[in-house]
Amino acid sequence: MSDQPSILKVAFVGNPNSGKTAMMNKLVSGKAPVGNYPRVTVSTRKESIQIGDKKAVIADLPGIYSLNSLTPEEKVARDFLLNEHSDVIVNVLDAGNLERSLFLSTQLIELGRPLIFVLNMIDEVEGRGIDIDTQSMSQMLGGPVVKAAGRKGTGLEELTEQILKVAKESHTKKRSFINFDMHVENAVQRVQDLVNELHPNDQDSATNRWMAIKLLEGDDEILSQEGEHSHLIEMVRREGVNLASEHGQSCNTLFADARYGFINGLMAESVQRSEAGSRRQSITHTLDEVFLNRFFGLPIFLGLLWLMFQTTFSLGEIPMDWIDGGVGDFGAFVSASLPEGMVHDLIVDGIIAGVGGTIIFLPNIVILFFFMALYSESGYLARAAFLMDRVMHSFGLHGKALIPMVMGFGCNVPAVMAARTIESDRARMITILVNPFMLCAARLPVFILFAGAFFAETAGTVVFAMYMLSIMGAMLGSVILSRFVFPGENEAFVMELPPYRLPTLRSILSHMWDKGMNFLKKIAGIILVGSIVLWFAQEFPQNSVALEKIDQEISQIQTQPEDQARDEELSALQLRRGEEHLSGSYLGQISQFIAPVFAPLDFNWKDTVAILTGLVAKEVVVASYAVIYSQGEDEDAESDSLRSVLAGTMTPLVAIAFMVFALFYAPCLATIATIRSETGSWKWAGFSVVFSTMVAYSLAFSVVSIGGLFM
Amino acid sequence: MKTLKELKLGETATIIGVEADTISQNRLSSMGVIKGNSITLRNKAPFGDPRIYIVMDYELTLRNQDAQMVQIEAN
Repeated sequence: MSDQPSILKVAFVGNPNSGKTAMMNKLVSGKAPVGNYPRVTVSTRKESIQIGDKKAVIADLPGIYSLNSLTPEEKVARDFLLNEHSDVIVNVLDAGNLERSLFLSTQLIELGRPLIFVLNMIDEVEGRGIDIDTQSMSQMLGGPVVKAAGRKGTGLEELTEQILKVAKESHTKKRSFINFDMHVENAVQRVQDLVNELHPNDQDSATNRWMAIKLLEGDDEILSQEGEHSHLIEMVRREGVNLASEHGQSCNTLFADARYGFINGLMAESVQRSEAGSRRQSITHTLDEVFLNRFFGLPIFLGLLWLMFQTTFSLGEIPMDWIDGGVGDFGAFVSASLPEGMVHDLIVDGIIAGVGGTIIFLPNIVILFFFMALYSESGYLARAAFLMDRVMHSFGLHGKALIPMVMGFGCNVPAVMAARTIESDRARMITILVNPFMLCAARLPVFILFAGAFFAETAGTVVFAMYMLSIMGAMLGSVILSRFVFPGENEAFVMELPPYRLPTLRSILSHMWDKGMNFLKKIAGIILVGSIVLWFAQEFPQNSVALEKIDQEISQIQTQPEDQARDEELSALQLRRGEEHLSGSYLGQISQFIAPVFAPLDFNWKDTVAILTGLVAKEVVVASYAVIYSQGEDEDAESDSLRSVLAGTMTPLVAIAFMVFALFYAPCLATIATIRSETGSWKWAGFSVVFSTMVAYSLAFSVVSIGGLFM
Repeated sequence: MKTLKELKLGETATIIGVEADTISQNRLSSMGVIKGNSITLRNKAPFGDPRIYIVMDYELTLRNQDAQMVQIEAN
């Protein structure tokens, strides 16, 4: 057809665990991707590929069970399907779970758009002696039915052919629709007529029928969207009441009944079962005897967590040292090859120090996500959430929040991203917002430094206590959030437990690659900018009366003959100059301006500098102390001299307060940026900063004032 | 009338209705928990809640508070 658009728009939609993403990965790699689009929404991935002589953009919509707009993912998928006008919608069905998968299909059909149905994982089903007649299925569903095994890549040729064919015929093809019983159908007709009247031009009849059905099903979003047409709402209510009283059950279940009626008919027509019993199920049952065992289930879960942790940090240590060394060498090389001056300092002390300090966490992130992919794709993650739901539930978290919380010990950035597996908006928000309370690896150096400086004899216990405090803080945070900020219904824990599957190497690697790239992009963006800003704030203004005076003294001493006394005096002056410079810099000025806020906690303005710079990345807190106390920037947490200097600057009680504050206060920039992108708004990123700083402040204040009573 | 929560381990029953608000009803029916389907209790979490059921040949988890909304009839 001549008016066919030049770029095909294809949407992949299906249940979670239908193998949609694996299929799309195969499709993209087999066809060589010609472009990569960033994520548009929380979880819609777009890739562009070449099919025959056509360019196509395929969108991987989040896995959903229905178009009822209950969960954020359902909303995202539904809005996409309604607004993006895809040329072809590919509905991926789990062939081993056909009845339930088809429920979504019955709703997709009502959208009146060109559809292709893919029976995925057909190999597993045919091995079980189940035979599916695609011909008759295709007739009932009103679109071609393709058998495929996405993980192996079979059936994809036929799928791409069908996409081209369906796109070409899209204007002529007649579509199927679900027949409801006479009463329901009449009610739909009457509502649809009124919708037609209210929206005479802007919608086609399929959309109007879809809207009529959604209205009668009690869809909140459509009801409020049509809220201005009060007679429509009134009519829908009346029709609903009539139907309910005629049939003795609620209106929305009438529709669901009709959909399953259609599915049962289709199954009877098209599916032949030659024998019962399936290997997949029996393997799953055997593994569940172990993993979900009443006594061993929880210990096994803790063991697997420990394995993930241990490997992430011990194995990650090795490449971390390489990167650290590489960054150091690179910095030294650049430092030597650039002439002394402003540009030199900016690049070496600002950019290389800031970016290099963050990039060393790349191995941890990649390894952590190896385990995440392994646990999640094998089907274990869903079971861990099931095991822990009761415990998590008791303090306001959802069972599925478990994994993000544990990951938070590593780094809050991937942990906040991992909260995506939670469908309920409310439960997901709580998980995201308390996640920064989990003591991440970047904060560990701070506690090692402070514990060593103030509690040398019990340093190990103090650090462990900080971990415990972090868990308790997260619990307290979720209790507060679930009571006061997100009061509301206790979301259901309705979750499918997929059968255990052996994850493919390809999907695990691509998962690790994606996460690694995301992290690098973040470094190239916010970390880079943050480091530059921090450097300038620390470096400028360069001239002041006090500095000039010290400079004069320095040049005066430099004219004296060289001896030991002269050198000592000179280095003392250099130190004073450094401190004077810092306190006169914009960063110093801001910190001294803010310092009164921290006065009740007995923090001085130098502690304030450490707190502020820690916002860029929590490791910077230690580096800042090193700079401030003029120990040179190479100091690490093991440094004895920094410890002894630090020990003289505050009482042990204030040190505890500072540790508590450093544990809970505003998340680092990378985490703030991740919270923004995951919640979709700066509002929640801002809320997170304010909320955690308030918690940090009040806990640190309690430490100082309660502790003060005993001292 | 029995609810799903009272189903014993390994027992199978037929669902005869779901007493809940529209949202929960829609969620449960999209997962196959609907009048006429048979349902089996497959497993319990360590504290007895939530539980795993088999409906339409797949495993579904429900908290007991949700299972209470589902009416069943012994087969």
